Amino acid sequence: MNRVELVVSRRGFLGIFSAGAFVLATEGLEADATWQPSVYLGMEPSGLVTIIAHRSEMGTGIKTSLPMVAADELDVDFKNVRVEQAIGDAKYGSQDTDGSNSIRSFYEALRIAGATARTMLERAAASQWGVPVAECRARNEQVVHVPSGKKIAYAALVTAASKQAVPKKEELTFKAPSEYRYIGKALPIVDLLDMCTGKAVYGIDAKIPGMVYASIERSPVMGGKIVSVDDSEARKVKGVLQTATIDPMKPPYGFQALGGVAVIADNTWAAMQGRKKLKVDWDLGANASFDSGAFKTALKESARKPGKVARNVGDVDAEFAKGGKIIEADYYVPLLAHTPMEPPAAVAEFKNGKVIAYASTQNPQAVQATVAAAVGIKPADVTCHVTLLGGGFGRKSKPDYVAEAAVLSQKTGKPVKVVWSREDDIHFDYFHAVAAMYMKASVDAKGRPTAWLQRSAFPPIEMMFDPKAEYGTSQMGMGWSDVPFDIPHHRAENGPAKAPVRIGWMRSVANIYHAFAVQSFVDELAAAANRDRVDYLLDLLGPSRIIDLPGDKRYPLDVARLRRVVELAAEKSGWANKKSGPGHAWGVAVHRSFLSYIAAVVEVEVDAKGKVTIPRVDIAVDAGMVVHPERVTAQFEGAAVFGTSVAMLGEVTLADGRVQQGNFNNYPVARMPEAPRMTHVHIVPSDAPPAGVGEPGVPVISPAICNAIFAATGKRVRELPVKKMKLV
Amino acid sequence: MIELRVNGSARKFDGDGDMPLLWYLRDVLDLTGTKFGCGMGLCGACTIHINGAAVRSCQTTMKAAAGKSITTIEGLANGHLHPVQAAWEKGNVPQCGYCQSGQIMQAVALLKEKPKPTDKDIDDVMQGNICRCGTYQRIRAAIKVAAGVKA
Repeated sequence: MNRVELVVSRRGFLGIFSAGAFVLATEGLEADATWQPSVYLGMEPSGLVTIIAHRSEMGTGIKTSLPMVAADELDVDFKNVRVEQAIGDAKYGSQDTDGSNSIRSFYEALRIAGATARTMLERAAASQWGVPVAECRARNEQVVHVPSGKKIAYAALVTAASKQAVPKKEELTFKAPSEYRYIGKALPIVDLLDMCTGKAVYGIDAKIPGMVYASIERSPVMGGKIVSVDDSEARKVKGVLQTATIDPMKPPYGFQALGGVAVIADNTWAAMQGRKKLKVDWDLGANASFDSGAFKTALKESARKPGKVARNVGDVDAEFAKGGKIIEADYYVPLLAHTPMEPPAAVAEFKNGKVIAYASTQNPQAVQATVAAAVGIKPADVTCHVTLLGGGFGRKSKPDYVAEAAVLSQKTGKPVKVVWSREDDIHFDYFHAVAAMYMKASVDAKGRPTAWLQRSAFPPIEMMFDPKAEYGTSQMGMGWSDVPFDIPHHRAENGPAKAPVRIGWMRSVANIYHAFAVQSFVDELAAAANRDRVDYLLDLLGPSRIIDLPGDKRYPLDVARLRRVVELAAEKSGWANKKSGPGHAWGVAVHRSFLSYIAAVVEVEVDAKGKVTIPRVDIAVDAGMVVHPERVTAQFEGAAVFGTSVAMLGEVTLADGRVQQGNFNNYPVARMPEAPRMTHVHIVPSDAPPAGVGEPGVPVISPAICNAIFAATGKRVRELPVKKMKLV
Repeated sequence: MIELRVNGSARKFDGDGDMPLLWYLRDVLDLTGTKFGCGMGLCGACTIHINGAAVRSCQTTMKAAAGKSITTIEGLANGHLHPVQAAWEKGNVPQCGYCQSGQIMQAVALLKEKPKPTDKDIDDVMQGNICRCGTYQRIRAAIKVAAGVKA
């Protein structure tokens, strides 16, 4: 294939959400070259269409869903489309595959890409036939002259279309929803067969000629430094080639490599064995006394004290002072690890002042920046090929492991593969923050809150970028400053916290602990009032209305949509006919995150020994317009399992500054018998702009499970995970 | 010298006999469909067949594999998809896909043992295989499709 680098003109992208950049090609085409009317789309003279997947595939189906949008608008058979994973390149706009953002930010851009190509094909045909373009219609890989019925294949028009001026967005027409051939319908994901036959390639599978394998010993305590290394025994291990050090990171830590000693070998096993023989003397530093139990006590105290106000409505203090009935509760969610099934892994080759990397990364442009800084070159001199990701969940937004591979390649002069062991993955994660929440409400005679105070404290993600940061300002909009209840006096606060661990985004981020506290507390109030939980929740949501929130004014909260998902989940679960009782009960929760409105009803059974099983989950989803309902359904099925792990099992603790868990024996995640047996996903039909789907299913699961456990046992879960609690 | 068969081909290995079969398959033979997930036999991502039985290749040394016949995910389809793979494809089971080689190999072994498995049979055998994306209900459904039992 004769690919040419095109001279392009850059234009601002004018979509509903302006996160993407859209670049159109206008000049420089050779007659037989691939025509690229958009950075996201090219067509060869043979008619083969290539659509670029510029976001990372970690299980959401995005590598299929976004290209589907362009294929639909261009009106080509998806069987004739080759989907190509993009390298990291700013020309595609943001490639940071996080924040449940891919469809939200790029649906419009991919539609424009398809419509642009289609319009240029129509214009080329009109010009060839000498007829008005309005009489030409491109459908199903042909342009038809409607009055005469004359037809010409797209393939025959590629060269002529490439010479057309690229139309402006205002000149484009888009399909009506009734004309969609793929949007809103199911297509198998493009890698499905490869995944079922072992051919799919992940970062851990990448191999380049001459490659060696590294296993890295890092400081067991955050911020520790090497005093001395004795590698003599390590180098005696068969297959071990050498050792090399990586400099320790400096604050702010960001995405830097942690630093340590690498054992480099001709296979992974030898590298791991060699590493065990290293004798490293560490200066562990000030964090060696950190204890997560003491930290928990301090964090809960911080949550009890007045903090920074994130949202204030009315006068909570004056209402409390009136002296009605007061209900209070403290909630706690521990540190959690992402544990994607593929631990962090990357291959990098440093050669002639440039780096080529192959990585399972959610953020190839951050790979460019991080690797460049680590080896002292320009980001443009880093090429990052993105493999499939064996899970990401936010961990692989942080490319520290790719920087390790690049530094080691620079030091050894060979391409290096870095594979983290599961223990490395858990010990050195960017953990989901530990959080403490304090809730207080005064209630009227019907048990309805008249005033509501909520305080949360957690080591914020901001710490990674500012060592002095103690407040989680960017986490406030995640279930804290956006509580949707119809309560006249309401205040949300954030207390300070800092911890000597790396903190990062994990699937739905702060929404996890905030929704746990808020939706559990609602259930506590409903229980105190002895009211039906769904009725009470709807009462608290109040009448349908639009709530303007602190922060981004573009995304007010639509209470009607919250009410609808609660009603839908209740209806589909048969809530009205279910009678919760000892050992068998239902719980409900609702939450908006990433602009999606989600409610869940969870059924639990608690046996005589206190063992919890989850026969059924009903999740109602209003995610706006949905491109790929089948994959969206899969995301919510998965979120129910992920949320179950959070609720029932997950906890990372530290003693003497060291993480005490290391593998799935002591950091368990939900296995088949523990996972919900059946999750039913109910998607609300909507033509609202597309919202997030990868993450928003998670936050409702923990509170809905714990509310059901309360209904089944009378035991209120205020601290996760449930496994630590005696239920009978 | 260790001799074994992998996906029908005779192989010889003269490296460290304590090396787990997993790393031999991945690093030496480039059969990367078999995945590393935990290194302790806790997650099932590395599941392969030895003489037809499902085994964790991260817990099987090369010495222990000597003389054995190994089948990996790459050797499962024999000109056409194995019925379990076909059921996986039909049910759109994978999300990220990483654990699915191990899941499929485990499910094939289960159906060999119990051609018409109950839910409990499926739970008992499949609980050794972790899927962090949470595809369990589709895995269960696909096993039932492959077995021809009612969902």
